[in-house]
Amino acid sequence: MGIEGIGARVLRKEDKRFITGKGRYTDDHKIAGMHYAAFVRSPHAHAKVKGIDKSAAEGMPGVAAVLDGQQLTGDGIGNLICGWMVHSKDGSPMNMGAWSALATEYVRYVGDAVAVVIAETQAQARSAAEAVAVDYQVLDAVVSGADAIKPGAPQLHPEAKNNIIYDWEIGEADATDAALAGAARVVEMEITNNRLVPNPMEPRSALAEYDEAEEHFTLHTTSQNPHVARLVLSAFYQVAPENKLRVIAPDVGGGFGSKIFIYPEEVVCLWASKRAGVPAVKWTADRTEAFLTDAHGRDHTTTAKMGFDANNKIVGFKIDTIANLGAYMSLFSSSVPTYLYATLLSGQYNIANIHCNVRSVYSNTAPVDAYRGAGRPEASYVVERMMETAARELGVSPAELRRTNFITEFPHQTPVIMAYDAGDFNASLDAAMKAADWDGFAKRKAASEKNGMLRGIGMSCYIEACGIAPSAAVGSLGAGVGLWESAEVRVNPVGTVEVLTGSHSHGQGHETTFAQLVSDRFGVPAESVQIVHGDTDKVQFGMGTYGSRSGAVGMSAIEKALDKVEAKAKKIAAHQLEAAEGDIEIKDGEVLVKGTDKKLGWHEVCLGAYTGHNLPEGMEPGLKEGAFYDPTNFTFPAGCYVCEVEVDPQTGVVDIQQFVAADDFGKIINPMIVEGQVHGGLAQGIGQAMLENAVYGDDGQLLSASYMDYCMPRADDLPNFDVSTTETLCPGNPLGIKGCGEAGAIGSPPAVINAVTDAINNNNLTMPASPANVWNAINLADAAE
Amino acid sequence: MAKVQMTVNGKSVAGTVEDRTLLVDYLRDGRNLTGTHVGCDTSQCGACVVHVDGKAVKSCTMLAVQADGSDITTIEGLAAGGDLHPMQAAFRENHGLQCGFCTPGMIMSAVDMVNRLGGDLDEGTIRAELEGNICRCTGYHNIVKSIAAGASAMGAGSKQAAE
Repeated sequence: MGIEGIGARVLRKEDKRFITGKGRYTDDHKIAGMHYAAFVRSPHAHAKVKGIDKSAAEGMPGVAAVLDGQQLTGDGIGNLICGWMVHSKDGSPMNMGAWSALATEYVRYVGDAVAVVIAETQAQARSAAEAVAVDYQVLDAVVSGADAIKPGAPQLHPEAKNNIIYDWEIGEADATDAALAGAARVVEMEITNNRLVPNPMEPRSALAEYDEAEEHFTLHTTSQNPHVARLVLSAFYQVAPENKLRVIAPDVGGGFGSKIFIYPEEVVCLWASKRAGVPAVKWTADRTEAFLTDAHGRDHTTTAKMGFDANNKIVGFKIDTIANLGAYMSLFSSSVPTYLYATLLSGQYNIANIHCNVRSVYSNTAPVDAYRGAGRPEASYVVERMMETAARELGVSPAELRRTNFITEFPHQTPVIMAYDAGDFNASLDAAMKAADWDGFAKRKAASEKNGMLRGIGMSCYIEACGIAPSAAVGSLGAGVGLWESAEVRVNPVGTVEVLTGSHSHGQGHETTFAQLVSDRFGVPAESVQIVHGDTDKVQFGMGTYGSRSGAVGMSAIEKALDKVEAKAKKIAAHQLEAAEGDIEIKDGEVLVKGTDKKLGWHEVCLGAYTGHNLPEGMEPGLKEGAFYDPTNFTFPAGCYVCEVEVDPQTGVVDIQQFVAADDFGKIINPMIVEGQVHGGLAQGIGQAMLENAVYGDDGQLLSASYMDYCMPRADDLPNFDVSTTETLCPGNPLGIKGCGEAGAIGSPPAVINAVTDAINNNNLTMPASPANVWNAINLADAAE
Repeated sequence: MAKVQMTVNGKSVAGTVEDRTLLVDYLRDGRNLTGTHVGCDTSQCGACVVHVDGKAVKSCTMLAVQADGSDITTIEGLAAGGDLHPMQAAFRENHGLQCGFCTPGMIMSAVDMVNRLGGDLDEGTIRAELEGNICRCTGYHNIVKSIAAGASAMGAGSKQAAE
């Protein structure tokens, strides 16, 4: 490794613009004559739209247009869709209800867009939106997944009888039932995974520009995957043909999944920029709009049974989950509680029989889709809460029960599709327990007790699947797209390099880590490498960034393109130096003939490629190569987290005394950035476990729709984290990378709850472990005794 | 409509604003200083923190007309010429930012923290003082490190200046 190569803690190239206020986010962009959009949103969770009176709003200052759903569908704009087809166990396709970007007949959640006002200023647009009078016939609402499938529940979509989108299963039901029937001991649990709001700090924003002369649209938007946005906006929503639509995702202020999806506002701003006859239309969410309309995460209710033999080996695991997908099916919503969830229910354990049934259902709440971890946090929470509970009931230590059941030989085929390729689960468990001084816990607990405090410790051994994913495999599971990635490496005549990538950085530091690959390969400084991303006019195509795929898939594509560039550069150098191609080596910015003093500067070879004066017979000039990389398997990051808490029994306040993360991410390109990813994931996972909760009232009003009511983790809610890694290389990609973006959010919630329930000696605790919930759990436990 | 005049990053500026215009909107739209961000509507996230007459203020919670006659510093005005402010440099050196959206407000709050409390800040103080700044990316771990380092560098700088 060079000082800026693979494995180096290179400081981030992108930081300078962010620390000086020169970042350029969507809302920072302006276009002459730009107008603003304000949406008229339903205040009701469920209602029939009987009429819209726009007359007062249309006469207000600055208003260019007031547009509604009839006009939108009348212009041929298509309904929003879910792009992953899941079939029920009876073979029938999922029951997807219609979702128009502006409601036409019914509204189905608070915040559902009914009309849009286009005006000269944002204030004028918002004032006029308040003057649009919508005549609603209010209907009964249902907000919880479990209630939505009860007989007599309000029905959301005619396509989905009893609000059931699909009733899906994986694994062998009969074999699992038989294994449980023959088990020496069966542990049963009911588990709730609370609904969360992703809350990237930059609210969603869209700036749509229509060029009348060229009949061409440009959309600046807060997207994790601008190419997918263009494809979907074009092919499915009929906003414009792809060649007439440029999508740019400039600096994006965090995503965490919520900016994968194409939202109604993007469709409407594009359509309205043409329809209203204005040069451009900008919309930026305020925070309450973000709470109401960003796709939410999680919201599962599950019952699970795990059977053990007399030696504490798991013999069967049966899971039944209801997943609340909200009022409409967001872009990838169907895959999250199925192929991204149930396929990870084997955890780190050798389990012969697993069966999982999932019913995904509609309710009068915001759509639910991928949020950091997307299905794997839900799986990890079920498995690791179950393991901890089983250890307590079986009377063995949590570590021993896990070690007894760890998978130790690879590759390992689970009964739920996944084939784990590599890992060393004992190594991360050892590392975490050592870092946490697990053996010293009893002493620390005794000290806490002297002070009248309760102390607990909990662990979680998670595994997840990243680097999504082999295109043929996901195609066979219903995905509407391939999940490869593309890259193009352009070497300039002076030897500087541009890398064009279909991955998108919204905080992950790609401009630095991707440049490190080039530095490592050719010995050019990272500063001489420019990473280009996020613009469909510059990068031909790409699948974007989510599922920790930019390393394992995005960087693999870059590696493939670099291989081709290297091969051509070596051919040129071998020709010019009159040496055999196999003897050429590129090192520290020089191109050498091994074992001799013959060499050229890297820049001389690059210039030679472009002058074309002295190239091998038949070689085209230039030094530019592209590659598409389609992964061969998922990757499987895994690790062990330990959380130690002190609980004040008087108040129920939980204080995290230490949090240890020992992860195996395979090869690490920049440890500084990887640690930062883990820190952020842990904060979101601990946030879910202790603070965050999206709460709807029975009438479907979102009660936690601002930072006054939804508890975001603050600095003084969190400890410093003890983060380390062990390494088994991923055999499935050229760099051996597994991915690190989501692990923290996946592995931490069960560790926290295992620790808190250990401290309070009551296993019956639902996330978040707020002071009120913990106090109740302590006092209800006392009352029960 | 009202006329406002203020000093922004050392330059005297004047303009006409609607009475209801917030300081943050005047800075972003009127002065094109888009480094100051809006992350919430309830004055909690702190992405909009600027300095008004030397004190940290959430610019979403102040009308532009209330800042009439004031001396405003935004993130764009923090670096002296080409040199980063020590707090800016500390955020980069300690990987105290990821998506960068909360960063301007974080840095402006951090500088204010040092101005009020001095350069020797312990972890508990920094975490408590960050109550009004939310970050969703970093888990605060490296922000706390950055502020401690930046505070120390600012303290050393001011001692040197005094000597």
